[in-house]
Amino acid sequence: MEQDKKFYTLLVFSENFAGVLNQVTAVFTRRQVNIESLNVSASSIKGVHKYTITCWSTEEQISTITKQIEKKIDVLQANYFTDDEIFIQEVGLYKLTTEIAINNPMISKEIRKHGGQIVEMNPTYTIVTKRGMTEDIMSLYHALNDYGCVLQYVRSGRIAVTKSCIEYLDRYLAERKEAYDNMKKQQAKESSACDL
Amino acid sequence: MEKQRITGAEALMRSLENEGVTTLFGYPGGAIMPVFDALYDHKDTLNHVLVRHEQGAAHAAQGYARVSGKVGVCLVTSGPGATNTITGIADAMMDSTPIVVICGQVGANMLGSDAFQECDLVGVTQPISKWAYQIRRPEDIAWAVSRAFYIARSGRPGPVVLDFAKNAQVGMVDYEPENVDFVRSYVPVPKTDPESVVEAARMINEAKRPLVLVGQGVELGEAQEELLQFLELADMPAGCTLLGLSALPSDHRLNMGMLGMHGSLASNRKTQECDLLIAVGMRFDDRITGNLSTYAKQARKIHFEIDPSEVNKNVPVDLAVLGNCKDTLAAVTALMKKQQHTEWIDSFEVHHEEERRIVIEPEIHPQDGPIKMGEVVRKVTEMTGNEAILVTDVGQNQMLSARYFKFTKKRSIVTSGGMGTMGFGIPAAIGATFGAPDRLVCLFMGDGGIQMTIQEFGTIMEQGAPVKMILLNNNYLGNVRQWQEMFFHRRYSFTPMLNPDYNMIASAYNIPNETVVAREELEAAIDRMIHTEGPYLLQVAVIEEGEVMPMCSPGNDVDDMLLQIKKD
Repeated sequence: MEQDKKFYTLLVFSENFAGVLNQVTAVFTRRQVNIESLNVSASSIKGVHKYTITCWSTEEQISTITKQIEKKIDVLQANYFTDDEIFIQEVGLYKLTTEIAINNPMISKEIRKHGGQIVEMNPTYTIVTKRGMTEDIMSLYHALNDYGCVLQYVRSGRIAVTKSCIEYLDRYLAERKEAYDNMKKQQAKESSACDL
Repeated sequence: MEKQRITGAEALMRSLENEGVTTLFGYPGGAIMPVFDALYDHKDTLNHVLVRHEQGAAHAAQGYARVSGKVGVCLVTSGPGATNTITGIADAMMDSTPIVVICGQVGANMLGSDAFQECDLVGVTQPISKWAYQIRRPEDIAWAVSRAFYIARSGRPGPVVLDFAKNAQVGMVDYEPENVDFVRSYVPVPKTDPESVVEAARMINEAKRPLVLVGQGVELGEAQEELLQFLELADMPAGCTLLGLSALPSDHRLNMGMLGMHGSLASNRKTQECDLLIAVGMRFDDRITGNLSTYAKQARKIHFEIDPSEVNKNVPVDLAVLGNCKDTLAAVTALMKKQQHTEWIDSFEVHHEEERRIVIEPEIHPQDGPIKMGEVVRKVTEMTGNEAILVTDVGQNQMLSARYFKFTKKRSIVTSGGMGTMGFGIPAAIGATFGAPDRLVCLFMGDGGIQMTIQEFGTIMEQGAPVKMILLNNNYLGNVRQWQEMFFHRRYSFTPMLNPDYNMIASAYNIPNETVVAREELEAAIDRMIHTEGPYLLQVAVIEEGEVMPMCSPGNDVDDMLLQIKKD
């Protein structure tokens, strides 16, 4: 079982109602699947929130979890992906002791080598950011940590967009709109038939 | 329509009337008092049934919904009133029963302050309800109530919780009725893939040994007629789940009996011999399948299902036909050939015969010894012309009445299937008498379950609810005792019960009653029960160590059924 597990990214879209996040995470808890990372933010569509969730799971299990999430009334759509189907990005933030960072030129070399950026520097601390995949961000952390200059370090949850040329959420919303329009047309027809 | 400025509580009344509600089960309390005050002026249109405990209100709403197909409504106060309904909400979720539970809540300005009788009900009920919503403004009432009823009744039905803050009850609103019939993020009935219909018909036409599993989805989808045509055209034998028992007449020649742990020998054994397994509106519960790793491995499988998340959840299938089975069964039937599976159907008989000889006859026609539970059930069903509604509590009384009660009419079984809630019986039966006032409601229960909601005798008394209660008293928590006998070396840990005098209790509530001990008195007593107007409690002293057989032990292969417990 363990060896069948793969790393999956779920993209979930919901209406902006209170409590949806609880309902989404509860599905994982019930199926005893650990969430590795979770990012929630507004999507490109007004009033629609996007959840990016990663976890280790089997295909059967993630398929069931996805369907059980999508079943929640206020969830618009849920889909799961493997890493080759999506563009992925994470961000790392590193807070360093300026004194050590200045006195050891190897530190700024490591930052440049890893593609990190210094975004703030004052006499006490220096802030570095790096975006990329988990391993790259971790790798810069380990490099900096070896110099004993890291005061704080944090890595964001993953965010992702699909590689597919089809925008499934747009398609879903268009279908729902069409279903609604058809229903209303049908109702209008029925009520005018009643009037006769 | 002209808007009217009214209180939120009054807006709730009008919203309920707008949804066609006529009956509510409830219990007042502090945080719902403005609503009960408004209800006082709507007594002519909204019949409120005062229960004796909020759990009773939830189960009564379930019983009402199950027999009528309408949404059951439950109205209670905040805090403990609300939490007392939770068992009923979870039960309705498991068994796909449409109910709307409206609970009072403290005012919005006090939310989160641990105010008196405050409880985060939405947080508590989200995992066990189809939808839970907190109404914090009177402006949201019309929309939220209409949305709640739409969600509860549409698609795969389920419980909806409305947590109604007190400020929204007393606040004023320009009321205008709303009729929600669309929710963008919710697809109640998934689209049916036309190819799946063609493929299903092809698989059925090719099958030599098809077996159909009939679930409650057939009742919920009102597809009883479509199911009959589907079965009869291709001459396919069928087994029913506990909740699907009345979807197909018990004596139909293609009905091979109940499925699962205490189901019929034939339907379970044949599950392991069929070449095509066709599940209709059922969810492959573990009580149906037994050991999943050996379950119907030889068969191809089709799943007719309205809830996509049920497909491949427990049993992987070769083909899913999504949609309402009323439509999909008819569509597939239209493409099916007329067939005859005489030899296959005849092959069930040897198993029926074995079960009749070893299990059924000794249970329903015992020659001597104490009265058996099965014989009481069979007598009651025969004497009511197999036309009554069966309500059960949970345990041996439930399994034996499911096995030996017979059904000729749809929507005739009300039982707690998925949750197995003891204490479900009495309040659910009360609800059933309101949901189907022209039908006879027979409730079977044990001496354990009766005491879990016995306070609802008060509701029966007050309402004159004509529940025919049959108490199968064996002085044990019988089902657990049976398991202790089978799996725990007869160590009867806390299953013997010292019982009170139930006749005195019934008499105290003015419910006509009697107790039968001797077999020869049974028939006359049942006759008196049926012909006494209004409620009745018939206590039958049954064999203490009675058993439900056959039995597929939990986790065993579905065809590995025990017919008798070996007594040493």
